[in-house]
Amino acid sequence: MTGAPVRLFVPGDSGAVSVGADTVARDLAIECRRRGIDAQIVRTGSRGMYWLEPLVEVQTPEGRVGYGPVKAGDIPRLLDAGMLEGAVDDLRLGDVDRHPWMRSQQRLTGARLGLVDPQDIDDYLSHGGYLGLEAALSLSPREIVQRITDSGLRGRGGAAFPTGIKWNTVLEQPAAQKYIACNADEGDSGTFADRMLMEGDPFALIEGMTIAGIAVGATQGYIYLRIEYPHAARTLEAALEQARERGYLGDDVLGSGKTFDIEVRRGAGAYICGEETSMLESLQGRRGEVRVRPPLPAIKGLFDRPTVVNNVVTLATVPVILARGAEFYRDFGMGRSRGTVMLQLAGNVKHGGLVECGFGLTVRELVHRYGGGTATGRPVRAVQIGGPLGAYLPASRFDTPLEYEALAAMDALLGHGGVVVFDDSVDMADMARHAFAFCALESCGKCTPCRIGSTRGVQLLDRLVTSPDGARAADKALIEELCDTMAEGSLCGLGGMTPFPVRSALRHFPEDF
Amino acid sequence: MHAHDHHDLGTPAVKGEPVTLEIDGVSITVPAGTSVIRAAALAHRDIPRLCATDTLKSFGSCRLCLVHIEGRKGTPASCTTEVVPGMKVHTQSEQLERLRRNVLELYVSEHPMGSCPASAGCELESLAAQHGIRESRYAVGTTARAAHMPAAVDASNPYFVADDSLCIVCSRCVRACEDQQGTFALTIEGRGLESRVAASQRQPFFESECVSCGACVEACPTGALLEKSVIAVDQLPERSVRTTCAYCGVGCSLIAEVSADAVTRMVPDRAGRANQGHACVKGRFAYGYATHGDRVTRPLIRERITDEWREVSWDEAISHAAAEFKRIQAKYGRDSIGGITSSRCTNEETFLVQKLVRAAFGNNNVDTCARVCHSPTGYGLKHTLGESAGTQEFVSVQQADVIMVIGASPTEAHPVFASQMKRRLRAGAKLIVVDPRAIALVKSPHVAADYHLRLLPGTNVAVINALAHVVVTEGLTRDDYIADRCERESYEKWRAFISDPKNSPEAVETVTGVPAALVRGAARLYARGPNSAIYYGLGVTEHSQGTTMVMGIANLAMATGNLGREGVGVSPLRGQNNVQGSCDMGSFPHEFSGYRHVSDDATRGLFESMWKVQLGSEPGLRIPNMFEAALDGSFKGLYIQGEDFAQSDPNTAHVTAALSAMECIVIQDIFHNETAKFAHVFLPGSSFLEKDGTFTNAERRISRVRKVIEPLAGFADWQVTMRLSNALGYAMDYSHPSQIMDEIAALTPTFTGVSYEKLDRLGSIQWPCNDAAPQGTPTMHVDQFVRGKGKFHVTAYVPTRERTSAKYPLLLTTGRVLTQYNVGAQTRRTANLAWHSEDRLELHPHDAEARGIEHGDWVGVTSRAGDTVLRVEITDRVAPGVVYTTFHFPESGANLITTENSDWATNCPEYKVTAVQVVKVAQPRAWQRRRQEAAPAEPAVSPN
Repeated sequence: MTGAPVRLFVPGDSGAVSVGADTVARDLAIECRRRGIDAQIVRTGSRGMYWLEPLVEVQTPEGRVGYGPVKAGDIPRLLDAGMLEGAVDDLRLGDVDRHPWMRSQQRLTGARLGLVDPQDIDDYLSHGGYLGLEAALSLSPREIVQRITDSGLRGRGGAAFPTGIKWNTVLEQPAAQKYIACNADEGDSGTFADRMLMEGDPFALIEGMTIAGIAVGATQGYIYLRIEYPHAARTLEAALEQARERGYLGDDVLGSGKTFDIEVRRGAGAYICGEETSMLESLQGRRGEVRVRPPLPAIKGLFDRPTVVNNVVTLATVPVILARGAEFYRDFGMGRSRGTVMLQLAGNVKHGGLVECGFGLTVRELVHRYGGGTATGRPVRAVQIGGPLGAYLPASRFDTPLEYEALAAMDALLGHGGVVVFDDSVDMADMARHAFAFCALESCGKCTPCRIGSTRGVQLLDRLVTSPDGARAADKALIEELCDTMAEGSLCGLGGMTPFPVRSALRHFPEDF
Repeated sequence: MHAHDHHDLGTPAVKGEPVTLEIDGVSITVPAGTSVIRAAALAHRDIPRLCATDTLKSFGSCRLCLVHIEGRKGTPASCTTEVVPGMKVHTQSEQLERLRRNVLELYVSEHPMGSCPASAGCELESLAAQHGIRESRYAVGTTARAAHMPAAVDASNPYFVADDSLCIVCSRCVRACEDQQGTFALTIEGRGLESRVAASQRQPFFESECVSCGACVEACPTGALLEKSVIAVDQLPERSVRTTCAYCGVGCSLIAEVSADAVTRMVPDRAGRANQGHACVKGRFAYGYATHGDRVTRPLIRERITDEWREVSWDEAISHAAAEFKRIQAKYGRDSIGGITSSRCTNEETFLVQKLVRAAFGNNNVDTCARVCHSPTGYGLKHTLGESAGTQEFVSVQQADVIMVIGASPTEAHPVFASQMKRRLRAGAKLIVVDPRAIALVKSPHVAADYHLRLLPGTNVAVINALAHVVVTEGLTRDDYIADRCERESYEKWRAFISDPKNSPEAVETVTGVPAALVRGAARLYARGPNSAIYYGLGVTEHSQGTTMVMGIANLAMATGNLGREGVGVSPLRGQNNVQGSCDMGSFPHEFSGYRHVSDDATRGLFESMWKVQLGSEPGLRIPNMFEAALDGSFKGLYIQGEDFAQSDPNTAHVTAALSAMECIVIQDIFHNETAKFAHVFLPGSSFLEKDGTFTNAERRISRVRKVIEPLAGFADWQVTMRLSNALGYAMDYSHPSQIMDEIAALTPTFTGVSYEKLDRLGSIQWPCNDAAPQGTPTMHVDQFVRGKGKFHVTAYVPTRERTSAKYPLLLTTGRVLTQYNVGAQTRRTANLAWHSEDRLELHPHDAEARGIEHGDWVGVTSRAGDTVLRVEITDRVAPGVVYTTFHFPESGANLITTENSDWATNCPEYKVTAVQVVKVAQPRAWQRRRQEAAPAEPAVSPN
């Protein structure tokens, strides 16, 4: 054969790897070599269509044609069938960008997911990478912060606090040392957007943090990475090394004379360290225990210095805003929820994965149009939105748009964008118990409502389901009182939000109690 | 549990501009930065809480102190919310009451009512009871902590028990260990409901890094950490008495709680200015010696020291002593007897002893044990700055930017001040340590010395000169300050001397063993401050050039402008509780109270008219002179109050020979001791718990000692001295120590304004306290030095005669350990023995290897003066060529080997440098073995 090698793309994303992507990539290489085919296999991130993983793509003149889910045993047949030319097969998905799941999405933050080689800075650059940083370097710090404010970006970690306002607070602190701390301790059940970004497009996060540093006057960034994300750690370290070598990090970022560097710090396996003040304690080498606020981390954060604490998605969105403008970004979304949201669809769902689109998609559209209903084929009974501390919504509320204010009005929250689907076999009393049990397991033990209350919640629910009808009313009332105490009295969101799933289960599914 | 009558304000006091706010409609003005909970407590609107207490920074974990604040969302915690002008706070509402009851019920589900002993004064159970809670609706099945956290009780510490089943995980103990004590021995381990307090790596307290300061015990709101003595009584104390600790020169204010006329525990006084609510393993726990079976409670006499003691009545003992003194004076002359005051006794008692000597004995043969510790401080500071005392108050250290610690080990010998110092160091102050040994401060949790100048023992003056040389030659002097406040001529002379290249760090490097670059770095750091403070101990004074070194320190502080304000100064860390006071009270042979020379006619006239007796104008004998005169045969009688020369003074052989040569030695002490073996009359003393009086600590702070229990022997020490004086024919008539203080005030310009009434009102007073400073003087030399202009002294380095040789190749230096105190008379009679039951010789691994010595071996330590045997500890805390020991146990015989060398100005012994050889031996000397077997020594007493 002559000319350029055939380019094949196999995700190195740990979700894809968990269903055999590494084996597929290896066998594909072996088989090509055996057949004398000059093939280049690029390990990308995942597109986020997890039911189709391992999803192998082939570069053809008509675009990137996908095949999936591919098992190792399929490879000889696919090659025989002419996969390298994009030939038809049962597994052929066609042009991946035109796949119905992908086509209707508005991928901004996740635009490069599954497309680029996450370990190749040149691939990043050729897909619009570092345009945001270049734009930022032509602006004053105040102007950068203003753009973020104008974009309407709100924290994607769950609190939805306006990012520009947070940055502005840090910018205004007259401190000699400031920090950017990226919260990558993604621990909500059913969420994976942070991981996908770090494994699939790490430079976007690095660029976003660098812009944040230049905007607020911080010279050092830390990524507090979940210990269970070893793939992400490797990808990030490799990307950081390249960014330093190419002058995107270091003492003189892109010749601007400004200093910024990033260090990856591994968490130690505590959910509570995803709470920003516990994360700061842990980053400082201390026990991951919640700090009292105020003072806000923006004023007294890491090592008591002004610190921007943002989630991975938030920071990875920053380059888009700087590169394409605040207005461009603000035009997506609805109401006070501007831009796009990375929704992560999981649980008992037929088509699970990542859906990024402007705020405002309804639960029904997400669960049925994208998710295709439950994996078991049974009716959907409930979804839990926003992680283990999010509220349960019954099917009757599925017309609710997925945006901050609409969910808040329903005593629910969007959180980090995780949506977990349950079919009609779910026992909601068990789900309420699980919320307390989760809180008991992950409580740092500092504040009393959470430390003791979570375990008492489990015990009360255990008694409730076995006690005679007469005694139930009193226990239900006590559970409500416990929820009030935890919501109003807890020091942080762990204890404070545990009542969301409990109360929503009690309210929407009383028949289960 | 803090003192049971303490009104806890929730969070510590802060300084700030006044802020006025409204709490439940009550207007109150507090400093900015004050918490809402504290403001409310000050407005007598106490808000329930369990994790907040006014010695610790707020933590916000219990969630009981939630309040409403107008204009704010939710229910913020009042402990972590600061006041804002015009803020309107509501501490009570139906919602708040419901929340608090629920939180309390959650606590009670884990810690059922009645779990704690009544004597624990459990804050949780009291609070729950106040809210009418008897049991918890959340107690679903077995929810008590005791049921799910097994193996809970740790009784390994001799003084307190840790019972995890009673713990409410408020972290007060952990925070006290960190913030107050600075040891970081405790942590919370596990999470959620499995959270528990752990000492070090989940070790028993006794085996952990815990230094048993008791801060955790005091901080604990329940019975989870509780004194064994409190558990034993099982009731709240009947009464409590505020008094002052009788151990080191920090002078902690303590509250003695008493039941059935026995002390049940000591609680550090949160209002104590010196200790700020903290104490240590000695002051807080080791008071049991006061009622130890070894206490001598009946007067004893004997004809010859080889006779057995005979118990006699007080009248007989006093009249016998008086008769003997009169006989000796008749036979050998008026100057043939003398008296020794004690730095352990009160100011009033000390004053009376020197009055007895000057007025009743009719000579000036009075001296004090301060001779052997801080006499160079008195002399050196008097001649440079004009006052024989430290310049600061302890809290001044919180303003220091650079702290220099010279020849002191505060974490061992002044632990409560060390905690304050460490707090400042953790907040960012720089640290310079000048010490032959790597003291704990050199590297401990969250504290490390920026410079450790590890000099060879005996080279202090060379190092201080080299530091000053750098300051002067690198232009780091504060010339405006010097021109303004110091004697020009003395400065010029000193400047010329110190600039001489022979004083440069490079020139003295081989003498001191300290790399020149380190000396230069430390000098620059100190000079640039801006606030630099020097703290020093006996490693400065107990040298042949002790006084020179004190002057060298004063020179350096003056040259850099580091005197006369907060955060700077020269502060001697006094070893004994009242060493400052005993010096202030005229204990030296040449000085009346207030450091006025006996030859000064006006001063003497004042005393003569008040005391109605003629007084000598010539200084009397110092302790070493007394010994020499005794050996000459011209000094025959001695009244010794609370002092043990035979153990504490150098060159024991010389001391015992002198004591043996006397005809009547009257000892007044609480225990038999080494010196008592040479005594003819033993008058039982009283411990600090048994009398009224005052102590003056290292910061010149006069604090009240209050009688907690009746004197075991019937009389307080001041009463005994008074009776002896009356028996000698010189009338003394005091019915209370306050009258003695009134006399001191009338006779001493620096004490004019001091009275018991004022001490009760202010809590404590730092002298000078007079018309010019009616509230006392926290910082000295503020506008000018006490002597007018500060005087520089030329401080040429003269090496000690004590040098190493082929025969004695190692230098021995001495020090103290936290759990023992001085010669150990008190602490050896307490459970503190559990930590330190013998003195050991610290030896560097290289020196050990060269001698074939292994850890734990017995070694003979031989000097030019004598020899002893100690067990060895191999450690690199000491440098090669240097060995170190403590001297808390008589059987160690440390002073058998120390020499007769002493300070040129004050005769303070050179304890800190002795050339020795160390060799491996099979066992201790025969006398040491006898000592150990018999210890503690109980001499034979025959009934009368």
